[in-house]
Amino acid sequence: MTREKTDFWVGLFVLLGIVALVFLALRAGNLSSFSFSRSYQVQAYFDNLGGLKVRAPVKSSGVVVGRVSGIQFDNQVYQAVVTLDINENYEFPDDSSASILTSGLLGEQYIGLTPGGDDKMLEQGARIQYTQSAVVLEELISKFLYSSADKEGTAKEGSAAPAPSH
Amino acid sequence: MNPVKGIRAIGAWAIGFIFGLGAFARLLGLVLLRSGAALRRPGLVSQQVHFIGNYSLIIIAVSGLFVGFVLGLQGYYTLNRYGSEEALGLLVALSLTRELGPVVTALLFAGRAGTSLTAEIGLMKAGEQLAAMEVMAVDPVRRVLVPRFWGGVIAMPILAAVFSMVGIIGGWVVGVLLIGIDAGAFWSQMQSGVDIFKDVANGVVKSLIFGIAVTLIALYEGWNARPTPEGVAKATTRTVVSGALVVLGLDFLLTALMFSN
Repeated sequence: MTREKTDFWVGLFVLLGIVALVFLALRAGNLSSFSFSRSYQVQAYFDNLGGLKVRAPVKSSGVVVGRVSGIQFDNQVYQAVVTLDINENYEFPDDSSASILTSGLLGEQYIGLTPGGDDKMLEQGARIQYTQSAVVLEELISKFLYSSADKEGTAKEGSAAPAPSH
Repeated sequence: MNPVKGIRAIGAWAIGFIFGLGAFARLLGLVLLRSGAALRRPGLVSQQVHFIGNYSLIIIAVSGLFVGFVLGLQGYYTLNRYGSEEALGLLVALSLTRELGPVVTALLFAGRAGTSLTAEIGLMKAGEQLAAMEVMAVDPVRRVLVPRFWGGVIAMPILAAVFSMVGIIGGWVVGVLLIGIDAGAFWSQMQSGVDIFKDVANGVVKSLIFGIAVTLIALYEGWNARPTPEGVAKATTRTVVSGALVVLGLDFLLTALMFSN
């Protein structure tokens, strides 16, 4: 085989490799949601993060406006500190509230931003005042169990002749 | 004196093993040191990329497709029990980019390209072509080993990426076209779960390291083969056996380094 022919086929081979890598990066990976735009950092304190992870999305009205860039534990107030990288294109009032939500019943957790009504906007290094912790499924279930047990207990005491429910 | 003989055998084995490791490291150093001059002749390298890479493409692509099919079917079987069939795309993509792509490609690569490298160099040695080169003042390391080494190192990550891509397409064919999982959920779960640096880039690094290891083992076995038909046959067998073992052992080490928190 001549040199030109070999070079042609090797070139095709290398191009195919590049196509495969681009496919893996864009179609299978998250490069398409990777933004190089500038962002500002905001902090929020939570009692309980649940399963929130670094790089989790920050959404407002369901639109991704930023990402979680850091999670630390503040030993002074015994709360979790979450650093949010919010895209510079989006501005939120100073009294916006952040809550940890779950997509679907068992899906990944993200931070939902609900805008407030203040004229002042959140700036670099600001702190979100109003936060709502993650809903932990186990706590919810135990609450439900205790409350239904309570109800049963009071119902039995209150009624003179306890009738079977069915 | 049976115990003495046994201890002697262990000692001989240990010395032989360490001697082999030293010779292997020396060959790596030799190839890297003399790469400069050979890389000024890219034609030699591109010839080897063509021989090692292009000719392995069919077997890699077909294997990738079938691995993707099987992952789709088996993954669906398990995920179906938990009612999360949409995560099939994530399962297929993660297992391919992190593990199966680099590892299976390296195993196939050892069988497809490694054996031919070993046999070629072993037969060159048996036919005294390497000695003839030295007589003509042509350095056989520069002329024979270096282009093959770089050809293998360049071809391997490309083949692994092709394997992963074709495998994901295979998983898509089974999951979306045959089973009927929602295509949007299939891709979006995959995109939200596969990290470009943590998963894709680490897979590429893995395949690069496997490429270096497998190619070098093939060259080493050929270079040190006994110059007889039997010696070349044994060397070719050793290429596949030690290549596969080294790939699997390295894979464990790399996985522990890359993916443990």
